[in-house]
This record gives sequence, structure tokens and C-alpha cells, in this order.
Amino acid sequence: MSESAAAPIPRMSLRQHVAGSARGAQLFTAGAQLDLAQMAKSSRLAGAEVGPHATVLLRTRDQHDFALALLELDGRAGRLIICPPDLTAAQAAAVMIHHGVTHVFDDATMEGLTPARGVTCLALRTAPQPAIVTAPDCDTQWFMFTSGTSGPPKLVAHSFAGLTGAIAPLGATDEVVWGTFYDVRRYGGLQMLLRALTGGGSMVLSHTGEPVAAFIGRLRHAGVTHLAGTPSHWRQALMCPDLTTLKPRYLRLSGEIVDQAVLDALRAAFPGVMIGHAFASTEAGVAFEVNDGLAGFPANWLDVPGKVEMRVRNGTLHLRSARTASAYAGGGSALHDDEGFVDTGDLVVQRGDRVYFAGRASGIINVGGAKVAPEEVEAVINGVAQVHQSRVHPRRNPLTGSLVAAEVVAEAGCDEAELRTQILRVCRATLPAHKVPVSLTFVTSLPMSAGGKLERRHA
Amino acid sequence: MNLHDIIMSEIASVAKEQGQTLRPLSDDMALAACGLDSLGFAILVANLEDKLGFDPFATAEDVRYPQTLGDLVRFYNAAVPA
Repeated sequence: MSESAAAPIPRMSLRQHVAGSARGAQLFTAGAQLDLAQMAKSSRLAGAEVGPHATVLLRTRDQHDFALALLELDGRAGRLIICPPDLTAAQAAAVMIHHGVTHVFDDATMEGLTPARGVTCLALRTAPQPAIVTAPDCDTQWFMFTSGTSGPPKLVAHSFAGLTGAIAPLGATDEVVWGTFYDVRRYGGLQMLLRALTGGGSMVLSHTGEPVAAFIGRLRHAGVTHLAGTPSHWRQALMCPDLTTLKPRYLRLSGEIVDQAVLDALRAAFPGVMIGHAFASTEAGVAFEVNDGLAGFPANWLDVPGKVEMRVRNGTLHLRSARTASAYAGGGSALHDDEGFVDTGDLVVQRGDRVYFAGRASGIINVGGAKVAPEEVEAVINGVAQVHQSRVHPRRNPLTGSLVAAEVVAEAGCDEAELRTQILRVCRATLPAHKVPVSLTFVTSLPMSAGGKLERRHA
Repeated sequence: MNLHDIIMSEIASVAKEQGQTLRPLSDDMALAACGLDSLGFAILVANLEDKLGFDPFATAEDVRYPQTLGDLVRFYNAAVPA
């Protein structure tokens, strides 16, 4: 207990949760297997004291280091800012300046990043020291990145209770081994990690760039019982003959629109296994899980008071829940409207008694879970000589949900074949592979809205 | 060109575009082992749809996904519009 008169924090620290893990519960990573209860009793964090006034930037290359850092810092640091693996050094540097970062935890020896004077670097020791399992000193706020339509990504604040409350506790008392295709440094993956670590079971983490077949082999070795991924992860896994050697009890899909085809394929591959899909967004928190084996969700879930309330306004799904993120970092536009609803930005359509997701209102394209802002690709295309204007939109794809497609208005009289080659050359040189248009169509004009903005179209 | 050759040549062209190295292709090779990553496969399916005018992944009644290159060719062959 702190000596001050401050009220105790009404929750356990992550270290307390992990210390209470089931006997033999393990954290499996590509190179290691760690006993969770043992892990909770030792500390590997080196560096200065981290207290309730600290804002720690977590920039990790290794998911295992990330999990260790969370164990060390939850309940101690006031704020944790979690960098996704693809955050550039320049973006990390901007976050440090704008969000008052006091400490940096970086397992890649600060590659490309020069912290301002007064910022303390934290690192992991090779040799663990004994640690005391204590209650939290503060209710650490967790900040995660959300993809904006353009410009720098925004930070959204979450509470530990909100993050861990998102996935329903399991009724079964049997041994649980969670596995996740997700990266645990992103919202969906972090929820899985915290669910596993606070639920007392084991967890198998995937490794960046690890081939699916190799990960499936590790899942089998660990005896995975609960496995989660995006529809794209699952479609890829369904093409691996070894997938059906797994004996899971529960499969979960989220992070992208779930279609009936992938649900049916999973049902055929795993007869009798419970298959659920969940809707979640970084800003709105998890809303609900659907377990009836059908895509979309029942329309009679709309406009019903409850823990999570849902309604459709202007074609997008709005949510009200205690689990929604509390705020953007640094103020910014308020997340909630006057009645406490958050606009998820997800377009929905009702067909019969079912509601289906239809893409993002902002035009953000989801390529296998990776977000692409059309404006970013348009800017590159528009920079090519002889391009007058362009519009980037999603093209439906059965494997990744969407791919990027572009329409181009070229200057009159240009050689379209040559321009196409040139545009693709420039895109491939400047954009990551998933942002390069897979199809490119020449059009004579693009529609404008009354406000003079390019009209967006959806898949 | 028959469907088999179209698919093989499209795989080679996507791999080249994506800067990925292909193993020598054979019908019994697992899709996961041929050298294309998941984005590469997604692009392959889109390109084949442009070229052939159909996408068996979107229309197939069969809920089993192909696992080898031979499976993939059969998957497309079975979906050729009558």
C-alpha cells in the first residue's frame, strides 16, 4: 500500500493475475516457453523507477518482450503507449513529443529514435531478479493507435477493465490454451493476450513473419484449445493441410468483416467446434459476439437497452457501452455524442432480419487486417506525371476481404499502357505491397459531391 | 493456354511483381510452400478473376479450401461457367 491517503485501486495488477495462473500454464513464443507463475515472481526490467506520473512508450520488436514489459509496467506506470509493429521511427518520435513520454521501452536498441533529453530508456536484463507480487499503485491507462483517414495515427485511451472485459470469461474449468494469429501489439491481439493472462491459462504467441504452417505446428505442440484470428488469417490457415490436426474447442474471428463462406469452411473443417465471430473496433471496444454460425448479426439486437446498446445512424453502427474507449489522447474530438454513443464508422445494411457490415464510412480499406487510407495511395498516384486525378477504393477479395483498386483520370492523349506501368512502378517503389493497387482503371472523370469533395465508393 | 498453364504462369507473374522467390512448381506442392504469401494469393485470385471472368472462391459450393497447386487447378476447373 502507498503511504498516501489515496484510495486503493479496485483491481488486481497484471502481475497479480499472472501469479495466480494455473499450475503449468505457459507462455509459448517462437523461441521460448515460459512458466507464467514463475514469470510473475521475477523481474527483468532495468532502468529508473517508473511511477504513476510516468508515460511509457512501448516499442518492441519481439512479442515476448512486449508481454514481459506489460507485466512489469501495468499498475506502476500511469500511462502506457503501445506501438504497433509497423509504426515508423518518425511516428514514434512525434508521439514522444506530443504525448509527454517520460520513459521508452525499446528492445530494438532505439533504432532510428533519439529520445529528447530527460527521457529514460528502459530495457530487459538477461538475468531475472526476484520480484514482489503487488497490487497496482495506479490504474494504468493503456493507449493504442487507431488508423485515421489521413495524417498521423490517433491515440485512444483504454482502461484495464475495458480491455479485459471485452472477451467473456469461459465457463469451462478445463485447461485452456489460447492461441492467436493476431499481433498482440494491436487492439484485437492485446485483448486476447490479456484475456489469457488474466484467465489463468496458457497462451501461444505468433511471431512476426512466421509461416502459417510453422505456427500451426507450434499450436499443435502446445495443445491449443481456443484459437483466434481475422477471417484472412483463417482463410490462409484453411489452405494448410495441417490445420485440421489441431483439436480446438473454440474458434474466434474478428477484426474484419466475417462472411458466410469462411464460417462454413471452418464448420466443415472442425465439425462440432464452437465458432464465434466478434465485432470490435479500437475506438468502440468489443460490442458483441455472434455464435449462431451465420454472418452478420440479428437485427433485433438493435435499439435494445443493455450493457452494449447498438443503433444505426446515417448508415453506420453506433454503440454505447462502459467498455468503449474513454478518450483520444490530448483531448481531440470527443469520442461520444451527447447520449454517450460512439460512431464506429462501420457501414451496415439490413437484409431481412439480419444486419451485415458493408465497409468503412471513411473509405478506409481493410486488406487482411491492415488498414489502407485511400488518400495515401491517391497522393502517390497523383504525383505521377500525366495523372490528372485518381480515386482509390476497395475491391472485394475472397482471401483478404479487400484489395486496393484505383481509378485514374489521365491527361488527354497520353499512352495509357505506358502510364499504367509508370504508376505501378512508382507505387511499388514508395508503398508497402498491400497498398499498391491490384487493379487500375482509366476513367474520363470522377464524381464530386456538392461540397466539391471526391465521392467515395465502397466495395 | 489451358487453365493449368494460365494459373501457373499467373503465379509466376505475381511472384515476380511481389519480389518473391518461387520454388519449382508441381501439382502436389502445398500452396503454403510454393513461395507466395497471403497477399500474393489474394492478388493471384484477383488477377485470375480479371483474366478468366470468374472467381471460384466467391462462388464455389465446396467449402473445402484448396491446399495444393493441383487442388487449386481442380478448384478453378470445377468452377468454369458452363
